[in-house]
Amino acid sequence: MAEFRSAVVTFPGSNCDRDMAVALEKVAGTAPIRVWHGDPDLPERLDFIALPGGFSYGDYLRSGAMAANSPIMRAVKREAERGVPVLGVCNGFQVLCESGLLPGALMRNASQNFICRTVPLRVENSQSLFTASYEAGATIRIPVAHHDGNFFADSETLDRLEGEGRVAFRYLDTVNGSQRDIAGILGESGNVLGMMPHPERAIEDDHGGSDGRALFESVVGSLVGA
Amino acid sequence: MKVRIHVSLKPGVLDPQGRAVHHALEGLGFGGVEDVRVGRLIELDVAEGTSDERLDEMCRKLLANMVIENYRIEKMPETQGAA
Repeated sequence: MAEFRSAVVTFPGSNCDRDMAVALEKVAGTAPIRVWHGDPDLPERLDFIALPGGFSYGDYLRSGAMAANSPIMRAVKREAERGVPVLGVCNGFQVLCESGLLPGALMRNASQNFICRTVPLRVENSQSLFTASYEAGATIRIPVAHHDGNFFADSETLDRLEGEGRVAFRYLDTVNGSQRDIAGILGESGNVLGMMPHPERAIEDDHGGSDGRALFESVVGSLVGA
Repeated sequence: MKVRIHVSLKPGVLDPQGRAVHHALEGLGFGGVEDVRVGRLIELDVAEGTSDERLDEMCRKLLANMVIENYRIEKMPETQGAA
């Protein structure tokens, strides 16, 4: 088995980069390469890129807006367009939307409150490279911790996302006011996933649940199987 | 040249912040407020002769998120003979 080469990008204000790196190392067996937002390029021959949660650039202007324009994002966009799997969690999802790699926008939670709890999600698409290790329609429990997780897109875009099977995860409770309770979406080519819940915070029983582990297993498995 | 960029949520996009402010105004006894929408004002000081196209590009690429926001560009008149 070839070594799984992944990278975790750290922006100023990222705070889930370490958790993401630990999750990747535990599941894949190799530690990811840590990349700084100001680095001019990504390491070569990556199998996987993760944009972690946090408050990049202090959420200045809009959550993810500054990070989306940071030097490393040019390389992330290029690699995403080449088909390299890219996962954005929480602030990483916001960065993916702001950078145009995913449609829609993440607005302030409808309740105006920061929401920090474990929520049930339904796996809506179990065919993607991020979700293949889940049962279709499975209910999983993953923590959320965000202030701006209220997914918005116009109804035409929402219909397209649904029609193309690009809603990866949906909240089973009303969490943050997201249109159609969308918790995570796939990019057009299926190799980009953005989600507000934190799978990297649920990879072993000591976390209070391990339902996030299958996401990383899916990614590693899809590459080993390829 | 001083330019003001007024960024506002598109009509139809729910504004939880505006709603909270609306409730707060009512709580303070200010009746008769029909609606509140919260936006953002960005003041730029740009080189003379910066084209409208250039300002538009700044708005579309960074200052506003065109999925949820509209923007309006207001060029400020030069202050006359300030001492």
